[in-house]
Amino acid sequence: MTMNIIETSGLGKRYGSTWALRECTLAIPAGHVAALVGPNGAGKTTLLNLAVGLADPSAGGVTVLGDKPAGSPAALDGIAFVAQDTPLYKNLSAADMLHLTRNLNRRFDQRYAESRLGELGIPLNRKAGKLSGGQQAQLALTLALGRRPRLLVLDEPVAMLDPVARHDFMATVLTAAADDGVSVLLSSHVLAELERVADYLILLSLGRVQVAGEVDGLLACHRLLTGPAAEADRYTERPVVHARRGQAQAHLLVRAGADDPVPPGWETHPVDLEELVMAYLREPGAAALPGPARGRALPPETGEPSEVTR
Amino acid sequence: MTALTVPARPEHHAGLRPVPWRRMAWVTWRQHRAALGGVAAFLGAFAVYLWLSGLQMHHAEAAYCHPASSLSCAINFTGRYGETAIIVSIALQAVPALIGAFAGAPVLARELETGTFRYAWTQGIGRLRWTVGELVPLAVAVTAVAGTFTVLIGWYNQPWVAAGYVTPFSARVFDLLGFAFAAWTLAAFAIGVLAGMLIRRAVPAIAATLAAYAALAFATALWLREHYITPLVTHDPNLPGSAWIISHWYTGHDGKPLSQAAISQILRADHAATNKIGPNTFQTSVNVVGYLTQHGYTFWVSYQPGSRFWPFQWIEGGWLLALSVLLIAATVWLVRRRAA
Repeated sequence: MTMNIIETSGLGKRYGSTWALRECTLAIPAGHVAALVGPNGAGKTTLLNLAVGLADPSAGGVTVLGDKPAGSPAALDGIAFVAQDTPLYKNLSAADMLHLTRNLNRRFDQRYAESRLGELGIPLNRKAGKLSGGQQAQLALTLALGRRPRLLVLDEPVAMLDPVARHDFMATVLTAAADDGVSVLLSSHVLAELERVADYLILLSLGRVQVAGEVDGLLACHRLLTGPAAEADRYTERPVVHARRGQAQAHLLVRAGADDPVPPGWETHPVDLEELVMAYLREPGAAALPGPARGRALPPETGEPSEVTR
Repeated sequence: MTALTVPARPEHHAGLRPVPWRRMAWVTWRQHRAALGGVAAFLGAFAVYLWLSGLQMHHAEAAYCHPASSLSCAINFTGRYGETAIIVSIALQAVPALIGAFAGAPVLARELETGTFRYAWTQGIGRLRWTVGELVPLAVAVTAVAGTFTVLIGWYNQPWVAAGYVTPFSARVFDLLGFAFAAWTLAAFAIGVLAGMLIRRAVPAIAATLAAYAALAFATALWLREHYITPLVTHDPNLPGSAWIISHWYTGHDGKPLSQAAISQILRADHAATNKIGPNTFQTSVNVVGYLTQHGYTFWVSYQPGSRFWPFQWIEGGWLLALSVLLIAATVWLVRRRAA
């Protein structure tokens, strides 16, 4: 599968005089569970709204499912979107919501949807407004998956859920991705579960793409170096993303492979996804983007470390 | 879920067969049946009242008002039911506004307020089809209900028209009769959906709809309606009761119209005239007309003859229909281009 599930070029969205997203150039291949992370106001929801056709770009363009313009009938047909806070008609029953969704789409797998709600113990005759937060999220997800989409877009799907509901929700998403080949794009604040869930990462910061790529590839080209704090500033072999200094030791997250040379007196460790994301979130100026055509060049030298730990 | 078979995904070629309208109609019905039921219940209760009170009026008119000028008619018909009929006709004026505000304004405002538009506008049917599928059936439904209701209003008013107390042209009843009532209801609905789209919150949108409707209805009754067709002009002060008198004036020997002050001056200057007709019964009195015409002034009255009632209904219904289509089209356009 070489199709790109989402492709943007120079995509920007302006609300009034503020750019919520700018110069966003991305190509997410199909078949991934892609996580969109970034601090509040980084433009995550804006990017998702543009992808599902709820918003129109102020600059650049976005295509989905290969080459279909976002928001076009063909795009809407193949994309299911679960918005933040999983909006449902509160006065309609779960069965009515299924019926509604079935009538609003060219295809809907009623048997799948009903059996899923049955497994989850969500009564069909209960009004959506009377369901718990976790059940509402599951109902919204069931409606989306019942449409048999090729791309499932989720905006902060688990932000409001307790840990058990969060786990169950993500398990459903991952099953759909693994069994049915649904591509997934989800935005999330919750970094802890990211590694288990996502195999593609897009990190947005201040309305720009900071990091984009397959998780395995990103982890392979970043290392965590630990060494004497006094020597931290002298390390220039590879670009430093983020430096964390204690009184004796410093931890440098650098863009380097496992084979890159390590200065004497320093230890090297592989990074996990959470460490990687945290390092970039703390250094909005740093970037790791695949390919020379995309995004900006890396800064020649890292700036001042933004955080000092004792 | 692994046990369930996944249906083969259809080919995504350019010409996707759109979701059928009748399925969208079910969605609209399911979402708004409570609101439509509320409108029906409200009008139903009103209809029962009109029916019961109308029956009494019909009986009274039939029993006492032949001839209509009789004292028993004045006592048993006009005196007994006159006030009620006025209050009812005023209450009826508010009905289109209420239907429009409560059925129209929340349609989009509620979606935007609760965030469900993010669900509705990302379904396979598409935003445009969804919006048209919501608004058009609802518009047709409220218009049809109002149109049916007009038949009852006409019947309710009929004894008053028969007895000569109400002319169909009067501002009190013109927009309750014929096409006007349904057209005003449709216009109120269209104002409501547009206000809901612009304001994005149901309650303020309802308030705005009521205000905008009232402004439009008053402006029409006070200034606009009389200009639908150029009024006729005559010297005859004895016009039939069905005519709608727009204005009257006098011209002097030089052909120029007399001002109010000039007329007063002429009447006061003639002592005999002042004695004869009193100081305060000016222009409308036929005596004044007679007096002034005898003295070489010319009386003019512009009016709309009663035969123009139906042309006026067509015109009012027509422009309200055009306005409603325009407002709904504007709403659809706004939905299409609205950024989330």
